[in-house]
Amino acid sequence: MPSGKITSVTEQTNQLQTAPSTGETKLANRANDYSQTVGNIRVDSPKMSMSNVDVFYGDKQAIFDVSLDIAKNEVIAMIGPSGCGKSTFLRCLNRMNDTIDICRVSGKILLEHEDIYDAKLDVVPLRARVGIVFQKPNPFPKSIYDNVAYGPRIHGLATSKVELDEIVETSLKRAGLWNEAKDRLDQPGTGLSGGQQQRLCIARTIAVSPEVILMDEPCSALDPIATARIEELIDELRSNYTIAIVTHSMQQAARVSNRTAYFHLGYLVEVGKTNDIFTNPNHKLTEDYITGRFG
Amino acid sequence: MNSDNSSGHISQRFDDELDAVKSQLTEMGGIVEKQVSDAIASLLDADALLAEKVVKKDKSINTLEVSIDEDCALILARRQPAARDLRLVLSIIKTTTDLERIGDEADKMATQAINLAEEGKAPHGYVEIRHIGQHVSKMLSQALDCFVRQDVELALRVAQEDKAVDLEYGTALRAMMTYMIEDPRSITRVMSIMWSLRALERIGDHARNIAEHVIYLVKGDDVRHLGLKKMAEKVHET
Repeated sequence: MPSGKITSVTEQTNQLQTAPSTGETKLANRANDYSQTVGNIRVDSPKMSMSNVDVFYGDKQAIFDVSLDIAKNEVIAMIGPSGCGKSTFLRCLNRMNDTIDICRVSGKILLEHEDIYDAKLDVVPLRARVGIVFQKPNPFPKSIYDNVAYGPRIHGLATSKVELDEIVETSLKRAGLWNEAKDRLDQPGTGLSGGQQQRLCIARTIAVSPEVILMDEPCSALDPIATARIEELIDELRSNYTIAIVTHSMQQAARVSNRTAYFHLGYLVEVGKTNDIFTNPNHKLTEDYITGRFG
Repeated sequence: MNSDNSSGHISQRFDDELDAVKSQLTEMGGIVEKQVSDAIASLLDADALLAEKVVKKDKSINTLEVSIDEDCALILARRQPAARDLRLVLSIIKTTTDLERIGDEADKMATQAINLAEEGKAPHGYVEIRHIGQHVSKMLSQALDCFVRQDVELALRVAQEDKAVDLEYGTALRAMMTYMIEDPRSITRVMSIMWSLRALERIGDHARNIAEHVIYLVKGDDVRHLGLKKMAEKVHET
């Protein structure tokens, strides 16, 4: 701790570069303690509610005792360094991890008070209620129209061609793709640009009227303009859907989300209002991560 | 490596950029502090030469303000700083504004010193200038110290001192008015003293602002317009 009056400019400069703070103990002390989530994990009217979730890949534990609520019509961003478990956690929310043989999930995950890991629950309608958009746009090798119509068809959401047409049009409009696609609905979805393909995948997801949309790094394969359009879209979708987004871009998390959850080595370290997380986080690890320092 | 200063980023150049802008701010603080003490001395000693030096030097403060703000704008654009880094850049931008204004106040005092040197010394008021001048100089130097050390306790003391300065200023003003009533021929010269006192009082306000920026930087709480009691609570919050 420097003490005494600082006299010269050089002395001040030297001190500036080495000076420890006197008011920063609350962050520093917690650097090695992240088993307890900082911040309020519960909300008033949760759309989804997770309690004590553990995830294992074989013997290796990937998620440790994570509890978190996702509120209705909120956008929650999950951030953290590679391998922190944020994608794994997201994939638990519509049982996407079921497709991995060695993956085991324990704990409680409720969608509107209903346990989605209940043995009696059919996973197909669950995934219609909780849709997912992946990092790489993955349109079916079908026409644009069929890409969007696929879900409503298999779930029997439309009784007539007119109704199906309407679903396709609304979904494409909501995804902000209608104007670009309306004259080429019969052309293959794979012929669209990357950003358009991603919006097509979002249209496909919302065609089955999901309640929750999970997005796993939806913009990491897109250029800045396409990214901006997707972010704009997320902003519009939030009035009708609940959205959980995993992103590597902290600026994106700061721009699109209401709340942000920071994961580290499989633990949920901190969750809070995005505005607070990005200006004044409570956990040292969160701050180190979002300011671009080592964790 | 202590994460409380600007270092420790994965990008070493980001560290360097933040350090460079902090060094510039410290340099600016040093010049401003000297300007204020020179301006006070030029008033007390009726030293027109020193006063003219102060007026000339003000330009270099303005140049530094522009340069620091430009560097901060580049950091914002290039690095999109968050959390503590963001607060650091914001508080530097705000502190340069306060320092530049303090420079302007020193310039005003020096101008009054030149006037007084030409018209002859005022009959009264030098005790007040010396007293409030010392008080305010100490506040300014503490405000700069607390920025460098990121010492919120010291910042709180600076804010508390500002209240004392405001009281002293009020008392001094009443004394000056009495002098003017007693001897109307001295009004012009006493007015010069009053403008100088006013400049000192404003410097105290700016020193307090800088202290508030430090509290924001370290604690993340905006303590402007809160009042001293609430400010102290925020500082002592863990």
